[in-house]
Amino acid sequence: MERVPILKIGQTLFVSIQIDLQDDTVLRLQEDLADELAATTARGVIIDITAVEIVDSFIGRMLSMIGSISRLFDAETVIVGMRPAVAITLTELGLPLSGVRTALNAEKGLEILNGKS
Amino acid sequence: MDELPIHSGDDVVRVRQRVRTVAAQNGLSLVDQTKLVTAASELARNTLVHGGGGVARIESVKSANGRAGVKLHFSDEGPGIADIDLALTDRWTTGTGLGLGLSGSRRLVDEFELNSKPGAGTSVMVVKWSR
Amino acid sequence: MDAGGTGKRMAEYLRDHRDKVIGRWSELVMSGARGRTSLDETRREFGELYSLIVRMLSHADEHAAGELRAALDELSRSRARDGFTPTETALGVFSLKEAVYELVAETAEMVPEFLAFSRVIDDLGLRTFEAYSAAREQIISDQANAMLELSTPVVRLWEGIIAVPLVGTLDSARTQVVMEKLLDTLVATGADHAVIDITGVPTVDTEVAQHLLKTVTAARLLGAECTISGIRPQVAQTIVSLGIEFGDIATKASLADALALALRQAGLKVVPAE
Repeated sequence: MERVPILKIGQTLFVSIQIDLQDDTVLRLQEDLADELAATTARGVIIDITAVEIVDSFIGRMLSMIGSISRLFDAETVIVGMRPAVAITLTELGLPLSGVRTALNAEKGLEILNGKS
Repeated sequence: MDELPIHSGDDVVRVRQRVRTVAAQNGLSLVDQTKLVTAASELARNTLVHGGGGVARIESVKSANGRAGVKLHFSDEGPGIADIDLALTDRWTTGTGLGLGLSGSRRLVDEFELNSKPGAGTSVMVVKWSR
Repeated sequence: MDAGGTGKRMAEYLRDHRDKVIGRWSELVMSGARGRTSLDETRREFGELYSLIVRMLSHADEHAAGELRAALDELSRSRARDGFTPTETALGVFSLKEAVYELVAETAEMVPEFLAFSRVIDDLGLRTFEAYSAAREQIISDQANAMLELSTPVVRLWEGIIAVPLVGTLDSARTQVVMEKLLDTLVATGADHAVIDITGVPTVDTEVAQHLLKTVTAARLLGAECTISGIRPQVAQTIVSLGIEFGDIATKASLADALALALRQAGLKVVPAE
């Protein structure tokens, strides 16, 4: 099973999802992020989904959960780079994707995180 | 027509990829492809998680007036759905419930047919047409 | 069309009298052509059709039927392009019966075979009609899509601020186009604010409100904030009486007001030039 790498730059954790997401992979990512947040002083998480072609209700729920988990560690999560087709599909699906902020790209995502702290 | 087994997470990914390819071949727009593949992902997952595994059938179809489309069929021999009406309402659950899977998928496709009886498995048929 | 005898016998008959029948057939087709095509063109086109018909009747190979269908669809299309009505094209196909009958009548031998053959040709002629119909439907649908595309401009108001002036009804088909264009433009320009102006939308009922809501939700997933502008007084009253809630989406009376709001949110101010 592939693991999504987590980079720490300053106070922010960066995750860039480049693969076709399998359920196990997402669950693992959630665990890994929780570990990192607990172990470090990270105040923000940026999840880049520019390369992700499909976000279904399971993956969407996982992303929301990551948002909730990060908040427990006093960190904010921003999902960046969502593709138009994915955004339209999620909207049609009726997925609220609550608990996370969204931004067009990592740069804007960082602006949001820095604005917060 | 392609017939793909659904018995693991890897299988779900394979179904997604195959549906994407067939959808593109049949001229569906990018957004429509994404919608169909997302619906397929939901339904395949349901088959795996709630149906105990099953089969996905992917077919290229043509409408009466010549439009191309993709027809998907998911079937399993699982416990079946006791209350279909309830399953098709929008329920946003954080557990492993059916949640948005079925009702959401229905919104993403043009035709949707669900057959299920407790103890007799479940079968879902969807069609998405090119524009 | 029976599988064996009559079809094969007719196929053989047609093969034996090929030149004569094609000649007469082309003549008959040309008599209704009124100068829209030449005799040579007709002989070639219908000659090819003839060969396919013979192949299909003789059940020589399994591809013949499919190729014949494709050839008929192409005939229907090309004739429509050249200005023939679908009736004229169908009659052209039907006249093959006449051409064959003139020969068969001389000997009165092939009566049962001709009857079966006649039914086959009827089906083929009708097929050209159906093909014409389907082609028209496709054209209408393509034009509708093109119109939808044209009537949905997305303009850049300012650095980071784009506007979508909607004119006409906002149905679900239109909403899809609006969402796609809006989101693609957000990505292309990196804008973080979108103003959706509904001055030109005649009625705003619960369905339209839902479409607007969907559009705003989708734009927000790309990190853009939205303002809905162009709320006319009657529209405002309708919205309230229908109990529609726009929630946390900002709404303004005019595009100008919405622009001012967007500039404020972007930390910009417009001041008089010195």
